[in-house]
Amino acid sequence: MDTILQLLLKGISQGCVYGLIALGFVLIYKATEMINFAQGELMMIGALIAVTFTQYLQWNYFVAVVLTVLATGFLGLLLERSLLRRMIGEPPFAVLMVTIGLGFVLRAVAGMIWGHDPQELRTPYSDVVVHMGDIVVGVSNLVVIGGTIALCVALFLFFRFTRIGIAMQASSQNQLAAFYVGIPVKRIVALTWALSAGIAAIAGILFAPLTAITPNIGFSGIKAFAAAIVGGFGSLPGAIIGGLSIGIIEQFMQYQFGKGLGDTSAYILLLLMLLIRPSGLIATMQKKKV
Amino acid sequence: MRFVLKTNYGRDIDIFKHRTHAIWYIVLVGLLIVAPLFLDIFYEKQLTELFIWAIAGAGLMLLVGYTGLVSLGHVAFMALGAYIHAILYSRGWPLALSIPASAVMTGGIGVLIGVASLRMTGIYLAIATLAFAMIVEKVLAHWPALTGGHSGFRVDDPNLFGLSLDSSTAYYYTCLTVLLFVFLAVINLLRSPTGRSFIAVRDSEISAQALGVSLLRTKTLAFALSAALTGLAGALYAHRIGFLFPDAFTIMTSIMLLMLVVVGGLGSLHGVVFGAFFITIVPQIIAIVRDWLPAELAQRGGLEPLIFGGVLILFLMFEPLGFYGRWVKIRLFFSQFPLYRRKTFLRQKSYLKTERVH
Repeated sequence: MDTILQLLLKGISQGCVYGLIALGFVLIYKATEMINFAQGELMMIGALIAVTFTQYLQWNYFVAVVLTVLATGFLGLLLERSLLRRMIGEPPFAVLMVTIGLGFVLRAVAGMIWGHDPQELRTPYSDVVVHMGDIVVGVSNLVVIGGTIALCVALFLFFRFTRIGIAMQASSQNQLAAFYVGIPVKRIVALTWALSAGIAAIAGILFAPLTAITPNIGFSGIKAFAAAIVGGFGSLPGAIIGGLSIGIIEQFMQYQFGKGLGDTSAYILLLLMLLIRPSGLIATMQKKKV
Repeated sequence: MRFVLKTNYGRDIDIFKHRTHAIWYIVLVGLLIVAPLFLDIFYEKQLTELFIWAIAGAGLMLLVGYTGLVSLGHVAFMALGAYIHAILYSRGWPLALSIPASAVMTGGIGVLIGVASLRMTGIYLAIATLAFAMIVEKVLAHWPALTGGHSGFRVDDPNLFGLSLDSSTAYYYTCLTVLLFVFLAVINLLRSPTGRSFIAVRDSEISAQALGVSLLRTKTLAFALSAALTGLAGALYAHRIGFLFPDAFTIMTSIMLLMLVVVGGLGSLHGVVFGAFFITIVPQIIAIVRDWLPAELAQRGGLEPLIFGGVLILFLMFEPLGFYGRWVKIRLFFSQFPLYRRKTFLRQKSYLKTERVH
């Protein structure tokens, strides 16, 4: 029983991270129908910026978090403005390749600036553990879960009640119609990129205490794809649900069948999902007839 | 300016458009045949590698450039080809049998992916193939009884009917021969109705279906052929590196292959050669440039992905048809010299064809 709970908690906290990265994919996909392959790399950059602010510059942790999110969001804005806006109207494959190239460049630049040695993000709650009955949980794991819930609530409120949030929804549903009613679609798309990069940074900050940070942690973005697909690519709650299911299944498979199958379970799940129910758990898209 | 007077319909699909065209290619092949006589052994090995990349690239080009199906997992086919060949060969199969066998078996796995691909479009297919590649990589690493796992698998020296191909010159000629056969086969395929149906599916699935092209047949065939060619390249690559381990076939190789196809020029076989040239020469250039850089930066590493990624982005933004597209423009510039107009190649932007229905 305790083992199950322990695995469940670990799975949930890992799944939250996948879910947050997937959230970034889905946001950009909904707004522009582009798939951002560099989302995992944005998370990595976010984590490394946080390390810079807290370790090298010795800033207060909470100040550092806010500044990291802003800085990464600004990077997202910059990328949209300089690269991806020029790709509007190009075939989706070309856009996909641009973001893959972008991932390469970001990883290489991160390697040049921060080196390839593993780094550690020290947080005020780094070594604290809580005892819940018989199981021991690191506070870092709980913070991931809490942070994800808080972010989801904030996003829900943002999309429901703010003018920008509603404009984002409108332009993701129908760009042309949104343009006709006077929504500055280009600016909204740029803001969506900033938002998605900001979420990636939050994912990075939450994920960092659970692992060592190297320029290669961006590869967990591939598992986040699985999360986004399992959840149904166009749905924000779906991304989180998909992330959680991937995280939990991964932990249990790993416990039961060893590391090999644990690592692959996300991909197997992804393939099964694509074959059986391509629209995902929460289907938002119907098949186009013509 | 040269006008080719076509006197029958068959001339439209001639391999060589006119005699000078043919002469140039014969000169090129002749040069490649005599090259080992006066090339340093280092360059000989680089050229061999270029040939292997070109074979794999031809496989991927068939899929991405001609059928319009994106695969991010082609490294899986390369790895499968390499491992299947190495395992069969180590169990005493002759080389002349185990290489084709590995290509055929890889092609068979390609059929499975092809059938699965019918249910997915565009980006979903790309992600599915990516997942497939990740699974293959893990299987190779976690099945030590067959593949040697992380400790690797030694590939026996190549030996064709008692003739050792181990020397780099012998292997150079082996790869060159295979490459020429592959290119001839692909060129002929593309001239045939099957190849035309690939292109039709790429340009519009709906129009192709309306004309009676079977999507099932076309897509599975494209996947099978593409996988088989990539597997063949993998089998040749196995002898080139001599020692197989799962980390030789990561997702990075997959992306390198895609890069080869895009930077070379989508939808042209010339592009495959240009692309293969590009990815073999960049590491050499970097090795030279590294000496000039400040030591601090040079030792950090990461220069290679930076240049690959940067070049990829620049090409996609400014020259989506790659090196081949640029070459066509330069050729036209000279053949029309004072009359060349930039607008001949004006790029058309299209409205987003959404995959969603609201």
